[in-house]
Amino acid sequence: MSGAATSLGRRDFLAGASALIVAIGTTREAAIGERPSETSPFGTATYANADSWLALDANGNVTVSWGKVEQGTGIETAIAQIVADELDVPFDSVRVLQGDTDRTPDQGYTAGSQSLSAGAIPVRRAAAFVRVTLIQIAAQRLNVSADTLTTRDGAVVSKAGPQVHLRYAELVPSGRVNRIVPDDVVLKPVSAYQVVRKSIPRVDIPAKLDGSYRYVQNVRIPGMMHARMVHPQRLGQVARAIDGASLGDLRSRVRVVHKNAFVAVVAQREWDAVQAAKLLKVTWAGGAPLPAENQLDAVLRASAGRDDVVLNKGNVSSASGKTLRATYHWPFQSHGSIGPSCGLADVRETSVTIWSGTEGSFFLKRSIAALLGRSPDQVVVRWVEGSGAYGHNGADDAAAAAAIVSQEIGKPVRMQWMRYDETAWDPKGPAMLFDLEAVLDADGRIGAWSFHGRSPTHVGRPNGTAATLLAGRLTGLGPPTPFFVGGDRNAATNYDIPKQHIVLTNLTSSPLRPSSLRGLGGTANTFANESFVDELAHAAGADPIAFRMRHLSDPRAQAVLEAVRPAYAAGRGVAFVRYENVNAYVAAVVDLDVDRSSGAIALRHVWIAHDCGLVVNPNGLRNQIEGNVIQGSSRALRERVRFAPAGVTSVDWMTYPILRFSEVPEIDVTLVDRPDQPIMGAGEATTTVMAPAIANAVFAQTGARLRDVPFTPDAVKAALLR
Amino acid sequence: MSDQRFELKVNGRISPVNVDPTTPLLYVLRDELELDGPHFGCGLAQCGACTVQLDGVAVRSCVIPVSAVGTQEVTTIEGLAVEGKMSALQTALVEAQAPQCGYCMPGITMSASALLKETPHPTDAQIRQALDGNLCRCGSHTRVLRAVKAAAGSPT
Repeated sequence: MSGAATSLGRRDFLAGASALIVAIGTTREAAIGERPSETSPFGTATYANADSWLALDANGNVTVSWGKVEQGTGIETAIAQIVADELDVPFDSVRVLQGDTDRTPDQGYTAGSQSLSAGAIPVRRAAAFVRVTLIQIAAQRLNVSADTLTTRDGAVVSKAGPQVHLRYAELVPSGRVNRIVPDDVVLKPVSAYQVVRKSIPRVDIPAKLDGSYRYVQNVRIPGMMHARMVHPQRLGQVARAIDGASLGDLRSRVRVVHKNAFVAVVAQREWDAVQAAKLLKVTWAGGAPLPAENQLDAVLRASAGRDDVVLNKGNVSSASGKTLRATYHWPFQSHGSIGPSCGLADVRETSVTIWSGTEGSFFLKRSIAALLGRSPDQVVVRWVEGSGAYGHNGADDAAAAAAIVSQEIGKPVRMQWMRYDETAWDPKGPAMLFDLEAVLDADGRIGAWSFHGRSPTHVGRPNGTAATLLAGRLTGLGPPTPFFVGGDRNAATNYDIPKQHIVLTNLTSSPLRPSSLRGLGGTANTFANESFVDELAHAAGADPIAFRMRHLSDPRAQAVLEAVRPAYAAGRGVAFVRYENVNAYVAAVVDLDVDRSSGAIALRHVWIAHDCGLVVNPNGLRNQIEGNVIQGSSRALRERVRFAPAGVTSVDWMTYPILRFSEVPEIDVTLVDRPDQPIMGAGEATTTVMAPAIANAVFAQTGARLRDVPFTPDAVKAALLR
Repeated sequence: MSDQRFELKVNGRISPVNVDPTTPLLYVLRDELELDGPHFGCGLAQCGACTVQLDGVAVRSCVIPVSAVGTQEVTTIEGLAVEGKMSALQTALVEAQAPQCGYCMPGITMSASALLKETPHPTDAQIRQALDGNLCRCGSHTRVLRAVKAAAGSPT
């Protein structure tokens, strides 16, 4: 690994002198080089303003570049499958470049389960265009009509018989030929795909099992120093005094970097930095206290916000029948990455190179430029996979902190957060609360449904400003202007209810720094909605699956519920979601045991039916769904950020427990493959049904209704006694 | 403390290092010997990401001072391969397509490998018990359990 912060051109990543390079975009430079982002601050741009490029070299190898990044979800493999099919090349010949600001296009964040749906479109178009271009080159060379030719397995062949067989490598023009993909390029019908829909083994897995996989935590830069943070107790404090003598013997080998509330220690040896971070005595002062944990409900109710009407139809107050009301709570939660975040920075006179597991390289680049007072042109962000993030964990913040320290000491720096840094300081999935009210009519149908949720924003990701970085806050910037995203995800249900009033109050402040955690508001909203539907089903004396079906006209929604019906029995719980109201359909059935004396819930078995349209890689999809089941269950059963007025008190795996091997259920997944339907994301959908399915199962077994996450033994015992 | 010289036996080789004797084995493996398989997860022996074996027993390298290693043989994930090929356990984990992010996986593999050395045909409960101190956030658990079961009885 070279430490030089030079801007490596894209061409350096292509072997040999000759290649056919195609780009999606308005001009070649815009498509391939650096450019300002026009992408929305959330989600994936459409191909009209996002770019991609694809190169075929003279050895027949394909390099595809896109702005999305692997997060352990298998998308690197899936995108290579799509390219292999669209271009008719062997899967092994496709290499994917991801998330580097100087060699991949800006496709915004890797977020919202959009990578394979919207994110794949420019890549498919580029591959399709290379394929037709090769046919044209072959037709010219052979002086035949292009109509007589087709492609097969990395070669242009004649449709009629074996007369023509020109390998792609033979057709690559000499020199570097750049073409722009025209608007009218025709994609293959998915029915012609052969590599897609197969469970191709993931390309990243072998190295993840022999210890050779290069995580950002494993990046070494020659001459790098090891840094650790000394975080305050809470935001708003400043470091009034730093007692260097508290470092004792380490003082000669450790340097302290200090600006306002940003305090870091840096040393040549990692262990020196680790010890120094523990030993350094800092006097923190100022900063408004956090609320007490038991005041969270009151704080969320009292916070100022903007009321957004998500849906208003009919007059809910005119409905007559049996009225039910319930209030649900969701806590702050951590991403819980197993590897605390790590970032590296080499800040020089005129260049800045950053290595990060970020989910938004281009946004991070601009935010770090703002933080350091540099031009974005000087900053290169190299994406290197980190420990699983499931949203916006500490990855960006660790990288920004490394940049500050590197700028200060003039050497490359590796900033590794410790466990307590990650668990206490990763941006948090926000707490939410919900007041629901519904009217059951005389026929046992829901006549009216009112939903009022309250939520801080679910996106605090870097957006080009320094205030979105923790290092920006610690060095003295105030909170960023909140950009309200994600709280309304799945606030409305997909049920056919004649009268609905769905309101989300987007709160302008939050006791803890809020940002994206898997499912965003969809996770908590679906907990409230699917629990409440269950309450209504029981109040109507109806079977919970039949009751849901009665309110669903979409056959794909009905199909996933039908698919889990055989698993349903008395004492089990059900939940359904159409993620984001327009994406994947998921139904869940949960079987569990409740220990009435301890209140402990033991998951036994979870059944999932899942329809996300065309399935690119069935085994990869199953792995995603299983992971969502376990992580979603963990969040429902165990997880809440603990805090006190002085600061966050959940700082490790004892104070922030997650589900363990002894606690995971059996999982059965039914994939409803719809090859004629567009690809929909699968990274988050199943997470959202786990908390309600578990709560509904507990109710079915015990009659106790759990309305507050997490369902700890104490909470279950209290509910049993109510 | 001032540096001392240690001759560690790691993955079948003698590796001399000069380090502060209080340095946890994890940092010596990663920073001095450039073995990246053992991962830092907590530094508190709570998550198992740093698991290696000392004389075949799974231990948390983040809390073992290098001075406590002595003559014990250290095995990391890099040392599991047999004649350049992944062990049966590693192969089973690949075949199960177990990892997602995979950050926890070397530690899980080392714990499972130690279990299979001691108990070649473990029950499901024994596997879960042996891996209970290894945390995984992506939710690969059921695949890991299946893979360990599949590798049971093979040399690990």
